[in-house]
Amino acid sequence: MLNKNFYLILIVSAVFGISFWIGFNVNLLPVEASINAPIYDELFKILFIIGLIIFIGMTIAVIYSLFKFRKRKDQYGDGIALEGNLGLEIIWTIIPSVIVLIIGLYSYNIYDRMGGMKELNHSHEMMNSNTEKIWAGISQASNNEVASNNLSVEVSAMQFAFLFSYPKGEFISGELHVPVDHKVSMKMESKDVIHAFWVPEFRIKQDIIPGQPTILNFTPTKVGKYPIICAELCGPYHGGMRASIIVEEESDYKDWFNKNTKTEVSL
Amino acid sequence: MTTLDSSKEIKKNESEGSEHHQDFRMFGLITFLIADGMTFAGFFAAYLTYKAVNPLPDGAIYELELPIPTLNTILLLVSSATFHKAGKALLKDKNSETQKWLLVTALLGITFLICQLFEYFNLPFGLTDNLFASTFYALTGFHGLHVTLGTLMILIISWQTRPKEGRITNQNMFPLEAVELYWHFVDGIWVILFLILYLL
Amino acid sequence: MTISIDSDDSNTKSLQPKGWIRYFSFSLDHKVIGIQYLVCGFLFYLIGGSLASAIRIELASPMSDFMPRDVYNQVLTLHGTIMIFLWIVPVVNGAFGNYLIPFYVGARDMAFPRLNAVAFWLIPPSGLMLVASYFVEGAAQAGWTAYPPLSITTPQSGQIIWIMSVLLLGGSSIFGGINFIATIIKLRRPGLKLMQLPMYCWAMLGTSLLVVLSTPVLAGTLILLSFDIVAHTGFFNPVLGGNVVVYQHLFWFYSHPAVYIMVLPAFGLVSEILPVHSRKPLFGYTTMVFSIMGIVVLGLVVWAHHMFTSGTPPWMRLFFTIATAFIAVPTGIKFFNWVATLWGGKISINSAMLFSCGFIINFVFGGITGVALAQVPFDIHVHDTYFVVAHFHYIVYGGTVFIIFSSIYHWFPKVTGKLMSEKLGILHFAITFIGFNLCFAPQHWLGLNGMPRRVAEYDPQFQFVNQISSVGALLMAISTIPFLVNIFLSIRNGKDSGDNPWNALTPEWLTSSPPPVENWEGEAPLVEEPYGYGKPISQEN
Repeated sequence: MLNKNFYLILIVSAVFGISFWIGFNVNLLPVEASINAPIYDELFKILFIIGLIIFIGMTIAVIYSLFKFRKRKDQYGDGIALEGNLGLEIIWTIIPSVIVLIIGLYSYNIYDRMGGMKELNHSHEMMNSNTEKIWAGISQASNNEVASNNLSVEVSAMQFAFLFSYPKGEFISGELHVPVDHKVSMKMESKDVIHAFWVPEFRIKQDIIPGQPTILNFTPTKVGKYPIICAELCGPYHGGMRASIIVEEESDYKDWFNKNTKTEVSL
Repeated sequence: MTTLDSSKEIKKNESEGSEHHQDFRMFGLITFLIADGMTFAGFFAAYLTYKAVNPLPDGAIYELELPIPTLNTILLLVSSATFHKAGKALLKDKNSETQKWLLVTALLGITFLICQLFEYFNLPFGLTDNLFASTFYALTGFHGLHVTLGTLMILIISWQTRPKEGRITNQNMFPLEAVELYWHFVDGIWVILFLILYLL
Repeated sequence: MTISIDSDDSNTKSLQPKGWIRYFSFSLDHKVIGIQYLVCGFLFYLIGGSLASAIRIELASPMSDFMPRDVYNQVLTLHGTIMIFLWIVPVVNGAFGNYLIPFYVGARDMAFPRLNAVAFWLIPPSGLMLVASYFVEGAAQAGWTAYPPLSITTPQSGQIIWIMSVLLLGGSSIFGGINFIATIIKLRRPGLKLMQLPMYCWAMLGTSLLVVLSTPVLAGTLILLSFDIVAHTGFFNPVLGGNVVVYQHLFWFYSHPAVYIMVLPAFGLVSEILPVHSRKPLFGYTTMVFSIMGIVVLGLVVWAHHMFTSGTPPWMRLFFTIATAFIAVPTGIKFFNWVATLWGGKISINSAMLFSCGFIINFVFGGITGVALAQVPFDIHVHDTYFVVAHFHYIVYGGTVFIIFSSIYHWFPKVTGKLMSEKLGILHFAITFIGFNLCFAPQHWLGLNGMPRRVAEYDPQFQFVNQISSVGALLMAISTIPFLVNIFLSIRNGKDSGDNPWNALTPEWLTSSPPPVENWEGEAPLVEEPYGYGKPISQEN
C-alpha cells in the first residue's frame, strides 16, 4: 500500500514538475512590446501551467486505465460494480470550483491592471469637449499614466485599410507612428462593416464598429515596427487588410510628425 | 384552463391509452408555444435594447395613438372569454352553441385585424422610416400573423364542430382545446406587447 | 397528428415500404428516420470535409493563389454552416436520438412520428438549396455567423438563401426537440422512473430544452436580418440608425447554446458506450444528471463571451467571464466520472472504446483552452484568431465527431446485425487521431502569434506551421477511406453479431438485432438498472 502511494506521489509530482518546467521555459507568445503585454503573459503562464497539469494528468489517467484494466484473453465477466463514490465526487466538484473561482478573480485582477474596468468616457481627451457616446473599448494600465503626454489618434477603418488621423497635426497617415513609452489613446470608428484593430505584440484587440465609436488605449514600450491586423471578417480582402505601427524614439517621432504637418500645411 | 381539466375527467372514463394520448399531444403543443414565445422574447429584447441605447434621429416621429390598440386589447380579451364559452358548451354536448361562440370569437379576431390594419394606414411613419418604426411593424406584424392563423384555425374548427357530421365532438375535444390554448397564448402575447410597445 | 403507439396506427406502419426503398420514403418508423438522419448527415459531412480540404490547400501557401478571395469566403461560410447545421446537429441529435430514445423509454416509436418525418425531410432540400446557392450568384460569404453589416452588403441572393436554409434547419431542429421532450417525459413505459433512464435520455432532454428555448431567437433574428436585406429596414444597418451589436447578442443567444446542443448529446452517447466496453456501471449517475442540467442552465447565460472585443461594457465582460468559467465545473465532473468509470473495469480495447478515449483526451484539451478563452484579458488577444479555430475544432471535431464515429462502431451491430472489422476500425482511429491533432494543435500557436481566422493569405513566417496543419487535414481526409470501406464490407459480408454482441444491459440490446418494426416482439422490458454491470443482473446474461 505504501508502495502504491509512493508511485502515485511520484507521478503527481512529475506531472507538476513537467508542467511548471514547460510553463516557464516554453514561450508561445510574440515579443512583449506594450505595458499590457507582460501583464497578459503573466496570466497566460498561470493558465498554461494549470492547463498542462490537468491535461497531462487526465491523459495519463486515461492511457493508464486502458493499459492496466484492459481485458486479458482469459478474462470473462465484469469489473467491480462501483456505482459512484459521493466523497470523491464532492471532491472533484469543489476543487475545480475553487480553481475556477481563483482563476476568475485573478483574471479580474489582471483585467483591472490592464485598465479594463476604468470609465471609458474620460480616457480620451477629445471626450471632454464632446458629448458623443463611447460604446466600448479598453482603457489603459494605470501605473504609467502621464495624462499631459497623451497622444490622441483617430482611427477610421474601411474595406480594406486603416487611416490614422492626428488631430494635433491635422494630417492623415496610413501608418501609425507613435513615440515609445507614451500613452496613446485612439478613438476608432468604421466607415462600412465591422473591423478589428489587433497588434499581437501589444496583446490588445478591439472591434471597430460602424456607428459605435470605440476607444483603445495603450503604451508601447519597445521601439520597432509591428503589424496592425484586421481580425474581423470584413470581405474578400480581409486577409490583406494590414497596416503597420511604428514605435520610435520621441525625437524620431517628432521629426516625422513635423515633416508631415509641414507638407500638409504647404498644400 | 378549466376546460382542459374537466375534459380530462371525462377522458378518464374512456380507455387508458387514449387518455395518455391526449395528455402528450397537449404537452407537445405547450412546448411548441414556449418555443414560439421565445421568438417574441427575442423581438422584445431587441426592441427594449434599441429603446435604451439607440437614440432616434432628430425629427423622427414615433408617437402612437392609444384608442385603437386599447380597443384591440379589449377585443382580444373578450374573444378569449367567448372561446372559453365555446369549450364549456361543447362539454355539455351543445355543438351548435359551441359553433356560435366560435364564430363570435372569429369575428372578434377579424375585427382586431381590421383595426390593426386601420392603425397601420393611419400611422405617420412607414416600415423603413426609423428603427422604432421598423421594430413596431415587425412586432405587431408578427403578432398579427399569429392572429390571422388563429382566426383561420377557429373558422376551421367551427366548421368541424357542426352538429351531427362534425369531427369535433364531446369525445374528441383535442383540436378545440389546442386552438383554445393557442388563442389564449396569442392574447397573452398581445397584452405584453401592448404594455411594452404602447404604454412603456 | 396520428400517434403510432395506438393499434390502429400500426396498420399504417405495416403499409410502409420494406427493404432499402424505405430509407427514401416518408417513413414514420423512428429507426428508419434515425438512419436517414445519419446517412444524410454523413453525405453533408463529406461535402463539408471537401470544403475544409479546399481551405487547407489554400492555406498551404501564404499567398491567396488556389481560389479567388470571394470564393474562399463562400467556402469557409459553407463549411461552417454545413458542418454545424447539416452534420453535427442533425446526426448527434436526430440520428442517434431517433434511433435510441424510443428504446430507452420503452416505447414503440416517438411521440409524434409524423412531425418526426417532417423534421427529417426538411433537411435534404434546405441542405441542397444551401449548397446550390453557390451556382446562383455565389453563396453567402459573411461567415456562418453572418454578422451585419457585412451580410447586408455582400451579394444578396446567396445570403437570402443561406437565411432561408438555416430557418428551415432551425425549424427541423425545434420539431425534433419538441418530439424528444414529449417522448422522454410522457412516453416512458409504466414503471420506468426518470432516474432509471440511460444517461443519453438526460442529455437529449437537456439538449432539447436548449433547442426549444434558444433556436426560436435565432429564427427571429434571421427574419429581422432578411428584412434588412430585402426591405431595407435598419435593424442592424448602422447607416439607417441600426445597431450591429444587437445582432451579435441575439445570434449568440442561440449559437452559444448551440455548442451545447452539439456536445451534450455526445456526452450522453459516451456515457452509454464507456460502461459497456469497460464492464462497469456508469460512475456517479446522479452527479452526471445534475451536471447536465447545470450545463443547460449556465449555457443559456454565457453568450456574450463571444463578444468580448465587440461593444460590450466592462461589467458585462466580467459577468460573462465568471459564468463561462463555471461551466467547467459540471463539465469537469463528467470527465472525472468517465475516467472513474474506466478505472478498475475490464476494458475491451476496440474501435468504439478508442474513439471514446480519444474524445476524452481531445475534449479535455479543448475544455482547458475554453476556460482560458473565457477570461476577458486572455480572450482580447486571441479572439478571432486561429487559437479560437483550434479551440472549437477540439470541441466539435475532437469531441463530438469522435463520439459520432465511436457510436457508429458501437451501434452498427444493432442496426445491421453484422459486426464491423476491428482492424479497419483501429486503423481509422489511428489516422483520425494523429491527423486531427496534427491539424489543429499547431493552430493554437498560429493564433497566439498573430494569424487571424478567416484569411486567405498570411505572413510567410507562418507557412511551415500551416503546412503541418494541412498535412494533418490530408490525413483526416484519408481517414474516411478505411471507415467507408469498413462500412460497405461489413454490410455485405460482416460476421453475424447476434442480438447482443457487447452483452450490454441498456434496453435497445434486449431485442433482436436488427430490431422488429414494433421494437419488441412482446411487451417492452422494464430496465431499472441500465448500467448494472458486475451485479447479478449482468451475470444472468
